[in-house]
Amino acid sequence: MRNSILVRSIAAVSGIVMLASVAACGDNTTASTDASAKSDTKTEAVSGSFSGAGASSQQAAVEAWIAGFQGTNPDAKVAYNPSGSGAGVSTFLTGATAWAGSDAALSDDEVEQSKKVCASGNAFDIPVYISPIAVVFNLQGVSGKGKTLNMDAETIAKIFDGKITKWNDNAIKSQNPKVDLPDLDITVVHRSDKSGTTKNFLSYVKDAAGDAWSYDLGENWPNEVGQGAKGTSGVISTVQQADGTIGYADASQAGNLGTVAVKVGDGYVPFSAEAAAKVVDSSPLDDSAKGDNRVVVKLDHNTTEKGAYPIVLVSYDIACPAYKDANTAKFVKSWLSYVTSDEGQQTAASAAGSAPMSDTMRQKIAKSIDAIETK
Amino acid sequence: MSSQSKTAQQPVSGKNADKVFKGVAYACGILILVVLAAVALFLLFRAWPLIGGDQKANSDTISNFTGGKATSFWSYVGPLLFGTVLISTLALLISFFVSVGIALFISHYAPKKLATILSYVVDLLAAIPSVIYGLWGGLVLVPAIYPFWNWVAKYLGWIPIFAGPAANPSRTVATVSVVLAVMILPIITSMSRDIFLQTPRLQEEAALALGATKWEMVKLAVLPFGKSGVVSASMLGLGRALGETMAVLMILSPGLNYSVKLLQASQNQTIAANIASQYPEANDLGVSVLIGTGLVLFLITFVVNFVARKLTEKASA
Amino acid sequence: MTAANNDASPMDGAPVIDFDKFKPTRSFIAARKRKDLAMRALIAVAFIVALIPLFSVLITTIINGVKRLNLNFLSYNMTGVVGGNPTPSGGYGGILHAIIGTLEITFGAMLISIPIGLMCAVYLVEYSNRGRLARVITLLVDVMSGIPSIVAGLFAFSMFTILIGPGTINGFEGSVALSLLMLPTVVKSSEEMLKIVPHDLREASYALGVTKQRTITKIVLRTALPGIVSGAILAVARVIGETAPLLMTAGYIASTNFNLFSGQMTTLPVYVYQEYSKLNANCPANASAACVTTIPMERAWAAALVLILIVLILNLIGRLVAKVFAVKSER
Repeated sequence: MRNSILVRSIAAVSGIVMLASVAACGDNTTASTDASAKSDTKTEAVSGSFSGAGASSQQAAVEAWIAGFQGTNPDAKVAYNPSGSGAGVSTFLTGATAWAGSDAALSDDEVEQSKKVCASGNAFDIPVYISPIAVVFNLQGVSGKGKTLNMDAETIAKIFDGKITKWNDNAIKSQNPKVDLPDLDITVVHRSDKSGTTKNFLSYVKDAAGDAWSYDLGENWPNEVGQGAKGTSGVISTVQQADGTIGYADASQAGNLGTVAVKVGDGYVPFSAEAAAKVVDSSPLDDSAKGDNRVVVKLDHNTTEKGAYPIVLVSYDIACPAYKDANTAKFVKSWLSYVTSDEGQQTAASAAGSAPMSDTMRQKIAKSIDAIETK
Repeated sequence: MSSQSKTAQQPVSGKNADKVFKGVAYACGILILVVLAAVALFLLFRAWPLIGGDQKANSDTISNFTGGKATSFWSYVGPLLFGTVLISTLALLISFFVSVGIALFISHYAPKKLATILSYVVDLLAAIPSVIYGLWGGLVLVPAIYPFWNWVAKYLGWIPIFAGPAANPSRTVATVSVVLAVMILPIITSMSRDIFLQTPRLQEEAALALGATKWEMVKLAVLPFGKSGVVSASMLGLGRALGETMAVLMILSPGLNYSVKLLQASQNQTIAANIASQYPEANDLGVSVLIGTGLVLFLITFVVNFVARKLTEKASA
Repeated sequence: MTAANNDASPMDGAPVIDFDKFKPTRSFIAARKRKDLAMRALIAVAFIVALIPLFSVLITTIINGVKRLNLNFLSYNMTGVVGGNPTPSGGYGGILHAIIGTLEITFGAMLISIPIGLMCAVYLVEYSNRGRLARVITLLVDVMSGIPSIVAGLFAFSMFTILIGPGTINGFEGSVALSLLMLPTVVKSSEEMLKIVPHDLREASYALGVTKQRTITKIVLRTALPGIVSGAILAVARVIGETAPLLMTAGYIASTNFNLFSGQMTTLPVYVYQEYSKLNANCPANASAACVTTIPMERAWAAALVLILIVLILNLIGRLVAKVFAVKSER
């Protein structure tokens, strides 16, 4: 028995070594062929391996950021586990990761806890990833790539609350006089897992629809209308599978589905990165956020600003102002600077379809990043 | 074996080695007990805030999980438990008859060569990872099976459990049960097959000699002999279905009801899938709650398997 | 046994035989024949019904998986893969890191569960004399084989959180979770194999004055080795496709990690799940034609195909080992 274990272990190890030597760990050389890789951040290159964890919504953007970051800091190894906002923040609060990505700002409790982990001060959150949430639908003859239906917040709320059950309901018809709507049942599709996308969508519905939406705000879907599906991928594939479905998902995943143009002021605005950035710009910061350096956006869902799209997911990066390890502090500072730089935001926009932050927002954030002590 | 010649030269020494070896073997036996106890203890330890912690915070966490529908642990875990048992029982019902049929086919109907190949095929089913069943179920089976469920709802809708309208897409308890049935089928089949193959030849031949048809022979000799084995195989299959995570997670549209409307979406959820879907976004206390539900699941599977073993032990003694 | 009796419950007590019943009438025989035929048909149908999902799963996986399964896919990891754009090597990222992670984590699980499981089987067969403790252990091993995989994951997670510290995620944690799932299978199969080693061999050895330990290691285990190895391989095949426990214990990382004891590790099932979760990659309007929107799903299917192949190969090896080196038993 001993022998056979030994033989097998040798076989396995030599197999792994062979694989490794053939492919040199299989790392793809970073795609820095883009001529736009001009580094305007004047920080010295960071080396070492660092990890973060958190929101899966940021995943596509973070993958692009890691590739871009390693282009200018070839000796840094960065890993991101899209384990979810909650798991990401708890891991960060144990000190196991350098930063966390989260779809929600820190709670007061978490800010308090962070004082134990950070070398000094409290952890702070800054927005890094802004992405429109699209209300997607699949309706034969009506939906298609780039096709939209007009709806106001109240209609959306009533559909997702099961009060409007037919596609040719007057509430929808009156807003879309030119569209031939079929007499078909509406199947609502929502997230079945706990999710920041749900929370952001619900907070829009709650703020904008008034009495039409009576549920408490949370990360879980509150009613039992329609169907639940796991993750953005689950929602999109469920919506694709049947006629007459409507759901909400990160806009970059909308693909060939029809989307809803939301009523803002007097007009209807289809989702777009610029429209999403606009609403964030016109929204105030949340003053009730306790602790230093925190930049928390309080989305103004009732905005009447022309061309602003109000259903938006704002995802944060969470970091400490000081770390026990100076190298980590250096990394976090240069990582956050890169991520929130114009270059970083453009990288995310092309890789994940997110909305690049405006200059005004970036200025607010820069102050917090500067507060990170690297010595 | 060549080892005989070698051992013959060994001196009669190693009393100590003997003792050590026996000790190690004994320790490993005991370790099984320790491991099982450790599983229960570590889970209990991590779920402790649920019992010993701040009850207000607990009910807040739970109401956060359920959108205010449940505030106590038991009202949270109750529907989950109901859904878990419902879905796995249905899966067992579907898969039981098919499995016994296949097992009989392999053991008594198919020619020997074919039977060997068929055994491999069935074992192959067992080898497919659950995440692949999840992908297949969610992307292929769900749209494909809708017309069938729609038909069922139309013509059998007067039976309460088949009450329509059938959900489209059919991410329902019925569809998940079918997928789980496919997943536990190889387990039940291979165990039943082994039992059927052990039916005493004499009894079979006696039955045939008396003029029984093949089916009568099976009914008189094979099935009574294999009864307890088939029951324990089914219980084992049930245990597997109770704990299945990924396939349920990727297919089912969940809900927290005590409901048996199989063809409608958002009715039930299983404990395992619920843990997987809530875990990533849960905070510390939330994880404790989820581990608490995991502990309940552990106890349920423990009881199911325990009962199954006791049944067979009695039958074989 | 009154086998010719057509009634349903002829098993109990002394049979009271109603001789009229046996008077064969033509229609009676025909009815029995029809019933026999019907059952034959039903059983055959049961078999075909079971084959439909199997072939559907396999065909779906193969058709979707073959598209992206090539050497490039097998020899690169996911670092530097941005959106749907191709990497400099011309591929779209790969699964090298996931294959290495799967192998190392499963190997770790083997190192834990095979020695313990084997020694436990040795205790049960050779030392216990079927005592009370042995019966309890046998029962608990059976019960243990029903532990849901997610509970095993929660267990490993809780244990490492409490013993090492919160936030611990590494490959070894995954190994611990998997070994919990492997252990009962290893004990059961080893026990069966040790049981069929003929008693003559043991007694011959004792008669020559060989100690019990040497008899067991040199004769019993060696004779049973092929069966034990094949049992272990089948146990590995069962756990290598586990996803849920590894999601919470081993984590997910885009680059290759060789260190089982530190840092996160991607495994194939987790990779499949994560790629499925991405669904679509983003291709901006000005992207080149080589940008593929559906690439994550294509990667997921290709990885799923690789996973099935690995499990299949393990199964075949297990069976081959069992067959080629089978102990000659009376049956």
